[in-house]
Amino acid sequence: MAGDQANRLTSGGLIDRSTALSFRFDGKAFLGFKGDTLASALVANGVKLVGRSFKYHRPRGILTAGSEEPNALVELRSGARREANTKATTAELYEGLEAASQNRWPSLNFDVMSVNQLFAPIFVAGFYYKTFMWPAKFWEAIYEPAIRRAAGLGRASGVSDPDHYDKAWAHCDVVIAGSGPAGLAAALAAGRSGARVILCEEDFVLGGRLLADGGTIDGLPAAEWIARAVAELTAMPDVRLMTRTTLFGVYDGGTYGAIERVNDHLPVPPEHQVRQRLWRIVAKRCVVAAGAIERPIVFAGNDTPGVMMASAMRSYISRYAATPARRIALFTNNEDGWRTAETAIAAGLQVAAVIDARPHVSPAHRSLASKGGFPVLHGAVSSVDGGKNGVRKISVSLTGGARAEVEADGLAVSGGWNPAVGLTSYHRGRPKWRDDIAAFVPDGAPPGMVAAGAANGAFGLGACLREGFEAGAAAARDAGRSGNIGSMPVADDEAFSISPLWHIAGKGKAFVDQQHDVTASDVELAQREGFQSVEHLKRYTTLGMATDQGKTSNVAGLAIMAAVTGKSIPETGTTIYRPPYVPVAIGAFAGHHRDENFHATRLTPSHHWAAEQGAVFVDTGLWKRAQWYPRAGEKDWLESVTREVKAVRNGVGFCDVSTLGKIDVHGADAGAFLDRVYINAFSSLAVGKARYGLMLREDGIVYDDGTTSRLAEDHYFLTTTTAKAGLVMQHLEFCRQVLFPELDVQLTSVSDQWAQFSIAGPKTRDLLKEIVDPAEDLSNEGFPFMGAREVKLRGDLKARLFRISFSGEMAFEISLPARYGEAMARNLMVAGKPFGVTPYGTEALGVMRIEKGHVAGPELNGTTTAGDLGLGKMMSTRKDFIGRVMAGREALTAPNRQVVVGIKPTDKGRHLRSGAHVIPKGETPGPDNDQGYVTSVCFSPVLDQWIGLGLVERGRERIGEIVLAHDPLRGEDYDVELCNPVFYDPDGGRQRG
Amino acid sequence: MKYSIFSLARAALSGHKNWKPTWRDAAPKDRYDVVIIGGGGHGLATAWFLASEFGIRNVAVLEKGWIGSGNAGRNTTIIRSNYGLPGNTGFYELSMKLWERMEQDLNYNAMVSQRGVLNLYHSDAQRDAFARRGNTMRINGIDAELLDQAALRKMLPFLNFENARFPIQGGLLQRRGGTARHDAVVWGYAHAASALGVDIIQNCEVTGFTRDANGKVTGVETSRGNIGAGKVGMAVAGSSSRVAAMAGLRLPIESHVLQAFVSEAIKPLLPNVMTFGAGHFYVSQSDKGGLVFGGDIDGYNSYAQRGNLPVVEDVCEGGMALIPMIGRVRLLRQWGGIMDMSMDGTPIIDKSPVDGLYINAGWCYGGFKATPGSGFVFAHLLARDQSHKEAARFRLDRFQRGAMIDEKGQGAQPNLH
Amino acid sequence: MRITCPFCGERELGEFTYLGDAKPQRPAADAGEDAVYDYVYLRDNIAGVMSEHWYHGGGCRAWLKVTRNTLTHEISAVEAAAGAGAAKVGA
Repeated sequence: MAGDQANRLTSGGLIDRSTALSFRFDGKAFLGFKGDTLASALVANGVKLVGRSFKYHRPRGILTAGSEEPNALVELRSGARREANTKATTAELYEGLEAASQNRWPSLNFDVMSVNQLFAPIFVAGFYYKTFMWPAKFWEAIYEPAIRRAAGLGRASGVSDPDHYDKAWAHCDVVIAGSGPAGLAAALAAGRSGARVILCEEDFVLGGRLLADGGTIDGLPAAEWIARAVAELTAMPDVRLMTRTTLFGVYDGGTYGAIERVNDHLPVPPEHQVRQRLWRIVAKRCVVAAGAIERPIVFAGNDTPGVMMASAMRSYISRYAATPARRIALFTNNEDGWRTAETAIAAGLQVAAVIDARPHVSPAHRSLASKGGFPVLHGAVSSVDGGKNGVRKISVSLTGGARAEVEADGLAVSGGWNPAVGLTSYHRGRPKWRDDIAAFVPDGAPPGMVAAGAANGAFGLGACLREGFEAGAAAARDAGRSGNIGSMPVADDEAFSISPLWHIAGKGKAFVDQQHDVTASDVELAQREGFQSVEHLKRYTTLGMATDQGKTSNVAGLAIMAAVTGKSIPETGTTIYRPPYVPVAIGAFAGHHRDENFHATRLTPSHHWAAEQGAVFVDTGLWKRAQWYPRAGEKDWLESVTREVKAVRNGVGFCDVSTLGKIDVHGADAGAFLDRVYINAFSSLAVGKARYGLMLREDGIVYDDGTTSRLAEDHYFLTTTTAKAGLVMQHLEFCRQVLFPELDVQLTSVSDQWAQFSIAGPKTRDLLKEIVDPAEDLSNEGFPFMGAREVKLRGDLKARLFRISFSGEMAFEISLPARYGEAMARNLMVAGKPFGVTPYGTEALGVMRIEKGHVAGPELNGTTTAGDLGLGKMMSTRKDFIGRVMAGREALTAPNRQVVVGIKPTDKGRHLRSGAHVIPKGETPGPDNDQGYVTSVCFSPVLDQWIGLGLVERGRERIGEIVLAHDPLRGEDYDVELCNPVFYDPDGGRQRG
Repeated sequence: MKYSIFSLARAALSGHKNWKPTWRDAAPKDRYDVVIIGGGGHGLATAWFLASEFGIRNVAVLEKGWIGSGNAGRNTTIIRSNYGLPGNTGFYELSMKLWERMEQDLNYNAMVSQRGVLNLYHSDAQRDAFARRGNTMRINGIDAELLDQAALRKMLPFLNFENARFPIQGGLLQRRGGTARHDAVVWGYAHAASALGVDIIQNCEVTGFTRDANGKVTGVETSRGNIGAGKVGMAVAGSSSRVAAMAGLRLPIESHVLQAFVSEAIKPLLPNVMTFGAGHFYVSQSDKGGLVFGGDIDGYNSYAQRGNLPVVEDVCEGGMALIPMIGRVRLLRQWGGIMDMSMDGTPIIDKSPVDGLYINAGWCYGGFKATPGSGFVFAHLLARDQSHKEAARFRLDRFQRGAMIDEKGQGAQPNLH
Repeated sequence: MRITCPFCGERELGEFTYLGDAKPQRPAADAGEDAVYDYVYLRDNIAGVMSEHWYHGGGCRAWLKVTRNTLTHEISAVEAAAGAGAAKVGA
């Protein structure tokens, strides 16, 4: 009876019977115990039907007891925490767990879509490539939506993930994947030698297969040996044992990725705790002791609920004390499978029969059979009778041709073991085939990594311990650790013999990839249609592409392909192994970098003051900059910005421009250096003067611009645009260190050290006099336009003052140590009160630069030349500089290039928009007369209309021409006049005044 | 063998025993009029257009592994024609028009899905750049729409409009853009080209060129012997420099690794293709249910076909910033392909300086969408010895002339394109 | 990938920025357009061991010459650029 743990053994197992946990599956209440997985609890409650398959909606049960599970996938939790496709076999049971089956409607038991099975004769591999083509319009409208609805298994939550994820670094000598006998032995050896060790185990208990299969190590039962080993390792200060942690990938330089499921075993992570943590582990050496995965055999009905991997059946019986069946048949082609018969008998279950594909069975097993009173049938399972309620009867083809039938409610299958070769193959290594174990084993591994134990094809307990211990010792030695490793744990080596068997031909669907419903006949069809390469096979049939990445299906699939093509398995080869070893939540890779914390936020020195003023901020790269400062009663941003512009043009305003990149250039050759990186000369700049400079890339295109001042013979102060601050520093360091190492010059990034304010407007001097020491001469003679020097402020603070103007007004920029930035803003407000000082933001800054025709980001777009910007004459002909030669190429100097020009609508009331294209008046817009576009626009308070800059073919020769601004995106066409880009004070008298 | 629901139903009656190979697995002949190196989408499309449009059927496609084993088989399947610069706009629209008739042309369902490609913007400057680009598209007769935030909230309510570091302001939408099933494109061209007589030769690696006394290429040396050719075209993205070097050429190309990712399959979640404008992330959901996503290239030269963790994290951070509901969706598989990064981010389709050798290269990470267009214009070049008008700017000498087509404005720095 | 900066020691990939092939040398001022074209645009694009420029922007801001295999990403040597570190006054 379901619900009462009727299939729970009364004793044994690693479950805590004193802690009962209630949970729900598809709404029905059950009980399990602490130590259960969802799968083991379902087994204990007699639940066989757990899911429906991808394509045919066939009833499916639980196939494995690990992360290789293809069938028992559920939606775990509910609401915003719903997790689709969660493997019941690894989901740890917790109080109140809720899970639902997937891919069925209306219910798991009665799934309408199972009608798909009727169409199975048509729904073969790749059928969709051959149909749904007519009429073409139907694909998006009808066929594709239907396919999309049918595809996919579980449903994502559909709402924002409420949990947090963490990312961390760890460094060690040896990282070990897996805590089975090989992994623990490796940890013991490495730990004893003094190595810093991290051991990752994806399960929530250490021990690996020992937990289910037991054995005797150093004369102790496995459980006792594990306890002793764990105690010894725990006592070592430099050994870290991480359960619930899967080592999922290996990257360059000994960097490993691991995912720690910190709180997935709880209903909700405790407050202030993360759900999962992504580890980047840097290790000198890695021992892969990840074990092996038992593989199914392909026969008709092999997907019936109740057909289970033999090792999984042992896990449920021994580790979880849960019995998947009362009367078990075993189908094996190898020695190891027999353990399941032993386990079943020891647990008091009936064994109906053992079907062994090998010609011989050992005397020990024969006597087990006679003791247990079950027959040993030589042959193979040809089909399984049963359905959603489980296995009823098993048909066997006996060696020699006769048939037999076995009544059983569970079938354990062992087709042999595939070493987990993922990690060792992630650097595109291909594993090699070993005939003796009929399996692929690692053939080399990424640098520093070695496989040991079952992951390396050593299946015996003794061999696992040996290989693990030796690998751990060697890894520690390679990492420079030489402590006494003590004695190696010892156990007997069991014999392993196998007769490879992949597929039993017969009537009925025989599944290779159970999750993707790929059958043996699909593999044969792929071969018939020419998809014989394993990669074609995979892509055509989708074999191995499901959430289990083919862990139980790939080798069988390629073995069947090998058989039908007449090639050997190694000739047929494997597909490429790719990380992660188990699927990892996208949120874990993102960590805390989401929402407001997606990227860092940089605040200007005056930010907090600006926030107090109610400034609206805009994102400029990582910076938050004050965009404008709204005042009560202003109806929109335009009104605020217009007020700010007028205040500057008529009085005085200031703006925090600290985001500019700032670089101190020191050294005897500083001038010579700048001559090489700017198109214009700087060695000729007088001390105490500033100059506008333009840099090109080596390909002749404009890179950046800014004002650079000479503060001393051997000291320049260079500024860059905000956007390029870091990149220009990098570029200049390249020039200094790589291109011109002979020059005596040093660069220091001082962007963060200096706060910088632009103070602009006719009353600038009046305001500045209140700020700087009265002894400083700010007159036109004492501090002329483009002057630059250090000044003393009132209160003895030193600052740098530059008489430069972006606004076109009489203006200064002042630099002072960043920690005084906020105080400066407050001081300017107080000192400027009599002059009506107005703080202005980046919008007003932009308006004034467009009015002045200064180019900025939209014009410096990485495709324009100095000539395009109207700055061609700045290019010195008397020196070499970065970009000089390439700037001379024919297409970059062609007369019909698009160049910067002013643009204004002929209708003064018209709103000009950036991105509108320029078409000759009277012509129909088309690719051949698309002559350029509007790059920057603003409403000019001075001209009382919208104006802009544009890049227009031969623009400078066409001043006065009326052209069409064509903006089909916004449904607008209007006439504009091409004009001088300097709309305001073209002779520059105001800034020099 | 014609594919349709009827042939499928008929085949079902005989247990699908009568299907013929999708393409003939040919053995090399001594000589062909045209030999195409590279059995990816571009090479096979070139062969099909040579046979179907230009009447040249004595054609071989040489593939060192299995067809589609390069970038055709490991991309993120996006198709679009939303380019902004002359030279690109017309070409990608030519390609888009060929996508729209591909399945009927080839009698193969490549699942061309015009579900829309949406580029999001997060600043006025980005909006302006998109307006410029969208208008270019419209002027070229291509569909484009500029959406504001209100429209996006209605269309994709799950995007992160609240609490975002870089709030979404709007997007540029091309409704005709979308996705296609990448492998099926390869198989479809192989199927149709093979039916017209093209020899598709797998496991045939080109190891050198045979040249006559004047230096003209007369054929190729391969792992399956020498094969003579009237003309040789190379479409070997990822290996362009290596193959060109066999003819003594150096190209303005670097090979970089681009990673891509797929999640576990889930029920329909994302209706269209979208790209984040404030980070490196783009995504669509495959018909099978997986979220297919990617971001920036790793940034260093590489032929390793695999990448490193910083980019994985960067891409997932972008994904979570844009669509915070994908946090619990699991990344299933990561892979890497070799990108032919050109010096301006734009491809090269041209005669090479070596007589008889033609180059189709430099597709950066955008070659998939170009597949039919690339095949068509490369076939045109091979057949007529002159560039198709929509590929006239993809010349090799444009770097010498200064006529770069640099959509990103990054200059001769391939890892920034 | 991890790069051992001669000034800072072994550091993670994220601290570094890649530029490209370190083999091309900037031509002399009078070398002519073809030489500069070659320098700016053409690449050997080696599949194997190549010498590359990397920038330790997340650390000491030194430009490094890194010998790295583009097939395996294995780094076999790292040296500082000629002008990295303190200025060589008068050198």
